[in-house]
Amino acid sequence: MGKTEYKLLKGNEVIAIAAIRCGCDGYFGYPITPQSEVMETLMELKPWETTGMVVLQAESEVASINMLYGGAATGKKVFTSSSSPGISLMAEGLTYLAGAELPCLIVNVVRGGPGLGTIQPAQSDYFQATKGGGHGDYRLIVLAPASVQEMNDFVDLGFELAFKYRNPVMILSDGMIGQMMEKVRLSPEKPRWTDAEIEERYGSWTVKGKPSTRERHIATSLELDSAKQEKFNLKLVAKYAEIAKNETRYEKIMCDDAEYLIVAYGSSARISQKTVELAREKGIKLGLLRPVTLYPYPTKAIRDLLPQLKCVLAVEMSTGQMIEDVRLAVNGKVPAEHYGRVGGMIPSPEEVLNAVENLIERNKK
Amino acid sequence: MTTQEMIKPENLVYSRTRVLTDNVMHYCPGCSHGTVHKLIAEVIDEMNIQDKTIGVSPVGCGVFAYNYIDIDWLEAAHGRAPALATAAKRLNPDRYVFTYQGDGDLASIGTAEIMHACNRGENIVVIFINNAIYGMTGGQMAPTTLVGQVTATTPYGRNVEINGYPLKITELIAQLPGTCYVTRQTVYNPLTVRKAKRAIRKAFENSMLKKGASFVEVVGTCSSGWKLTPVEANQWMIDNMFPEYPLGDMKDI
Ligand SMILES: Cc1ncc(C[n+]2csc(CCOP(=O)(O)OP(=O)(O)O)c2C)c(N)n1
Ligand code: SF4
Ligand SMILES: [Mg+2]
Repeated sequence: MGKTEYKLLKGNEVIAIAAIRCGCDGYFGYPITPQSEVMETLMELKPWETTGMVVLQAESEVASINMLYGGAATGKKVFTSSSSPGISLMAEGLTYLAGAELPCLIVNVVRGGPGLGTIQPAQSDYFQATKGGGHGDYRLIVLAPASVQEMNDFVDLGFELAFKYRNPVMILSDGMIGQMMEKVRLSPEKPRWTDAEIEERYGSWTVKGKPSTRERHIATSLELDSAKQEKFNLKLVAKYAEIAKNETRYEKIMCDDAEYLIVAYGSSARISQKTVELAREKGIKLGLLRPVTLYPYPTKAIRDLLPQLKCVLAVEMSTGQMIEDVRLAVNGKVPAEHYGRVGGMIPSPEEVLNAVENLIERNKK
Repeated sequence: MTTQEMIKPENLVYSRTRVLTDNVMHYCPGCSHGTVHKLIAEVIDEMNIQDKTIGVSPVGCGVFAYNYIDIDWLEAAHGRAPALATAAKRLNPDRYVFTYQGDGDLASIGTAEIMHACNRGENIVVIFINNAIYGMTGGQMAPTTLVGQVTATTPYGRNVEINGYPLKITELIAQLPGTCYVTRQTVYNPLTVRKAKRAIRKAFENSMLKKGASFVEVVGTCSSGWKLTPVEANQWMIDNMFPEYPLGDMKDI
C-alpha cells in the first residue's frame, strides 16, 4: 500500500481518475455538458498506455450504452458518463443490461429538463433513475454522491455492487457536484482483474469464447416462454429484495432529538446541512436524513424516526419527485411536503430554512 | 455398394459440423438464415476457433442464432450489434468477434452503429443478411425492399415518392476507409454456397490482421415474407434482387 494521496479536483475529473485507479477496463461515452470533463480527463491521462484501459468516444449515447453491454458481457469493468438528455437515449440499453443481468456503471451528471432544458444543475432525473427509465420491470442500484470525495468513492463501490449483484449501477450526481472542486483522498490503486480472477470471484458466466469443457454462455434478455419469463422476473424481484436488505445506505445528521426532518440527497443535502445549522441556531430541532442509495431507498430509516417527528420536508431540485418515496415511507403519519427550485436554480440554505419554518407554521395545531 | 457400406466412417465425405447444436432450427423452409448459420459454424470449426469466438446476434429472425451455433453469444438490442461488438473486440483483442444482422437491423434502426463501427475500423466481422423484408415481424418493408415490391406495409408496392429508394448500404460501407473487405454473396445453389463460405472465412481471418472491418452481405430469401414457395423465392431473388444488388467483391485490401 502506497501513501494516501490528496488532490484538489472537480467532481467530473475525479470520476475519471477513480476509474483508472480502481482497475476499470473500459470507458465509452459521448460529450455533453456538464460532464464532458470525464472523457476529457481520461483522454488526457491515456490509461491505455499504463493500465491498458480502453477509452472510446462513441458516436452517440445509444452506442455508448450498448458498448457497455458488449464489454460487461465479457466480464470487464466498464462505465459511461452522460447528462440527462444522454441518459434518456441510454434508456434502451439500460433495460437490456438489467434484463441480461450485466454489471456496469453509469454516471449521470444531471442537468435541468425537460427536453434540452438547461446545462445548469438539477435533480429532476430521480424518477428516471430510480423507477426504471426504460421499459419493463427492472431496477438500477442508484448512488447519490453529495461531495467530490463521494464521486471518487462511489466509482469503486459502484463496480463492487454491480459485479456482486450483476446489475447496472448508476451514480446520480448533478452539475453542481460535477463542476465543483474539493479536496479528495484518492482511492488506492488496484490492478485490472484477470479473466481468472473474475471467474474466481463471481463464477463462470462471462461471454469470452466457449471451451469444449462447458456449455455456451449467452448474454440475453429474451425469453419467449411466458412461464420462464415470469420466473425470471421473480428472480429479479428476489435479487432487488436482497439488494435492499444489504445495501441500503443513508446518513443521519442531527436526527437524535429532531422534531422536524429534511430528507435530501446530493447537492440538496449539502445545502440542507447548512439549513440544519441555521435552524439549530434559532432553536428549531431540525435534522437531515440523506439517502446515499436512492434505490434501494432508506424507507425504514425514515419510518423509524416518525414517532419523534412533527413534519417532514423533502428538498430536491425538482418539482417533486423523491417526495413520493418520502410519502410512502411516512405513510400519512405526519405531514410531508416538497420544496425545490428547478430549471438550474439552486436553493440557498436560508431559503430552505424559510420553507421549513413555513411548513412548521402551517402544521401548528 | 449397399447403404450399410456407404455409411461406414471411412466412406463419409461430409458430416454436420460439431459447432452446430442439435436444436431444430425455427427457420421457415427455404430460408437463407439456416444455410448461412451452417457456413459460419463450419468456418469456426475449420479454423478451430470455437473457444475464441464471440457472436453478436440481432433482433430479427436471426435472434436465435445462439440456439444453433455452439459458441458464446451476446444478444443485442435491435440494430446495436456493432456497438456491442466494438467493445467486446477492443476489450478482448485476441477474440474473433462477429455480428449477424438482418437488413432492418443493420440498414434501418442500426444505421448509425454499423456506419461508425466500420468507419472506426473495428477489427470485427459483419454478416449481413439482406432479404429485402422484415421477416420476423411478418413481412413489412425494409430499407432494402425493392421498388414496387409488395410487403405488409407497402401493400401496393414500394412507392419511391412515399418510401424513398432501396438502400444500398453495402456500397456505402465499401466507401469507408475503416473497412478492408466488403463483399456481396448469396447462398441459393452449391456454387454460391461455397463462394459465400470462402468470403466468410476470409472475413474471420482478416479480423486478426488489424486491417479493419470485414463486411459480408448475403442476399437471401424470405419465402414467408415474400409469400412464395422456396423454389419460387430463389427464382424471384435471381430475377429481381441480383439486378439491384449485384454479387461480388466491392473491396478487398
Ligand atoms: C426497438 C425495436 N423496434 C422494433 C422491434 C420489432 N422488430 C423485431 S425484428 C424487426 C425487423 C427485423 O427485420 P430484419 O432485420 O430484416 O431481420 P429478418 O427477420 O428479416 O431476418 C423489428 C422491426 C424491436 N424488436 N425493437
Ligand atoms: S420469416 Fe423469412 S427470414 Fe424469417 S425464418 Fe421465415 S423465411 Fe426466414
Ligand atoms: Mg430482413
